Amino acid sequence: MANKLMVSTSPHIHRRENTASIMRQVTFALIPAGIGGVWIFGLRALFIILTGIVSAVIFEWLIQKARGVKVTVLDTSAILSGLLLSYNLPPAVPLWLVAVGSFVAIAIAKQAFGGLGRNIFNPALVGRAFLLAAWPAYMAAFAKPFDVIAGATPLALLKEGKIAELAQLDLSYQDLFLGLRGGCIGEVCILALLIGAGYLLLRRIISYHAPLAFILVVGLFSWVFGQDGFFGGDFIFAVLSGGLVLGAFFMATDYVTTPLTTKGRFIFGLGCGLITFVIRKWGGYPEGVSYSILIMNAVVPLIDRYIRPKRFI
Amino acid sequence: MRKLIAEFLKGIIKENPTFALVLGLCPTLAVSTSLVNAIGMGAAATFVLLGSNIIISLIRKIIPNEIRIPCFIVVIATFVTLNEMILKAYFPELNASLGIFVPLIVVNCIVLGRAEVFAAKNTVLPSIFDALGMGVGFTLALVTISVIREALGAGKIFGFVLLRGFEPASVMILAPGALLTLGFLIGLVNFQRGKKKKKMIERAGCNGCR
Repeated sequence: MANKLMVSTSPHIHRRENTASIMRQVTFALIPAGIGGVWIFGLRALFIILTGIVSAVIFEWLIQKARGVKVTVLDTSAILSGLLLSYNLPPAVPLWLVAVGSFVAIAIAKQAFGGLGRNIFNPALVGRAFLLAAWPAYMAAFAKPFDVIAGATPLALLKEGKIAELAQLDLSYQDLFLGLRGGCIGEVCILALLIGAGYLLLRRIISYHAPLAFILVVGLFSWVFGQDGFFGGDFIFAVLSGGLVLGAFFMATDYVTTPLTTKGRFIFGLGCGLITFVIRKWGGYPEGVSYSILIMNAVVPLIDRYIRPKRFI
Repeated sequence: MRKLIAEFLKGIIKENPTFALVLGLCPTLAVSTSLVNAIGMGAAATFVLLGSNIIISLIRKIIPNEIRIPCFIVVIATFVTLNEMILKAYFPELNASLGIFVPLIVVNCIVLGRAEVFAAKNTVLPSIFDALGMGVGFTLALVTISVIREALGAGKIFGFVLLRGFEPASVMILAPGALLTLGFLIGLVNFQRGKKKKKMIERAGCNGCR
C-alpha cells in the first residue's frame, strides 16, 4: 500500500513541457520567417543566420565552461538568441558583426547576469542595441528585396519626410504582408511570422496579451497621430512596415524577461506600444520596437511586484 | 617611513578609490574616453587632493566639528579654482576637452572623503602620502578604463592608430561603453579578491573566519 501512494508537494498536475522543449518550439516557429528572409534577401541572409546561431552556441559553451557551471547548450536557448539576433539585423551586415553581436548577447546580456532565467534584458535585443550604437553605418544599410541595391526601409523614408519616394516604391499592403520591402532579415515576411506565431498561440507556448496590446497601441496611435493630422495615419502600414510583428510575438513574449501575470503582460504590451510609437514619431531612430522592449524589460520586476494575482483563500 | 609607504600603497590597490571604494564615478565615467583626458583628469584630481589634504590636516584642530564639511568644501573649492586657472592658462586644449568636469572636482567624493576620513584625523606627512596614493590610484584606474575604451571605441591609443583595418565600435566611447568597461573591471577585481579570500580561509582553516 505504502508504495502505491506518492507523497509530494503541490503542484500535482504538470505539463510535459520543459525549458528545452519550449525553446525548441519557439525556434521551430521562427523557421518560416527565416525562409521568408532568405527568399527575399538571398543566400547572404542564410549565412548571417547561421553565423548568429553557431557563434551564440560557441560563446555559450565557452563561457559556461569558463564559469565552471553545467553546460546547457542543448536547451536551445542559445540557438534561439542567435537566431533572434540575426533576424534583427539588416541583410548586408558583415559576418564578423554578427559574431560580435552574439558575443554581447550571450556574454554580457545573459551569462554575466547568471545565465538563462536570470537575465533582465532580452539577450538578442541587447546584442542588436550594442551593434546599433557601435556600428550605426552597417546597421542602417538596408537592401531592396531581390536586389543588392541599397534601399531605405519604409519607416526610414516616413521618418525623413520623403513621402514622394515612399509613394514611388508603390508598396501595397500585400507587398508589406509578404515582406517585399527593405528591412531586417526576420522582420519583413509578416505572413511567415504569423504562421509561427499562430503555432505558438495554438500550442499555448505564448499568450496573446502582450502582442495584442503592443500591436493595437502602435496601430491606433499611428492612426490617430498620423502624418496627415488627426486620424490621418495608416494603421495597417504602421503594423506591417517595421519590426513590430517579430518583436510583439517573439520578443515581448519571452519567458524570462516579461511579466508573469496576464494583467502584467497586458501592461507590458501597452508600455512597449507607447514607447515604440513615441520613438517612431519623435525619436532619433525610424524604428523603436527593440528599444521599447528593452526599456519595458527594465520595469518588469516593478510590474510583477504591483500586479499580483489575488491570493487563493 | 614604512608606515608612510603603506599609506601610499593602500590607495593603489587595497583601497583604490574607483575599484574598491567606488567613489568619484562621475568623472571616471565621463572623461575616460581617451588616455590624454584620463591622465589630465587624474593629475588635476591628485593636485586638488594633495592641496586639500595638506591644508585640512594643518587646520584640523581649529575647525569646529559641527561645521567641518563647509570648511572642507571651502578649502577644496580654493584648490579647484586654482587648478582650473592653471589649466586654462597653460593647457587650454585639455581644459576644453575636460569641460565641466574640472570645476566639478569640487564635489568629487574622493577629495571630500579623504578630507573627512584621513586628513581630519592625521598629521601633515601621512596626509600627503595618503593624497598621493589616492591620486595615483585614481589616475591608474582612469588610465586602465580609458585605454580599453579608446582602443576599442576609437581604435587609437594617445591618438595613434593601433591596427589598420580595425573598425572601432563607437559605443565604447559613448556612455554605455563606460559603464560596461567599469562593470567588467570591478567584476574582475572582485573575482581576484574572492579567490584570495578563499585561499586565506583554506590556509587558516575554520579559525580564519573567527
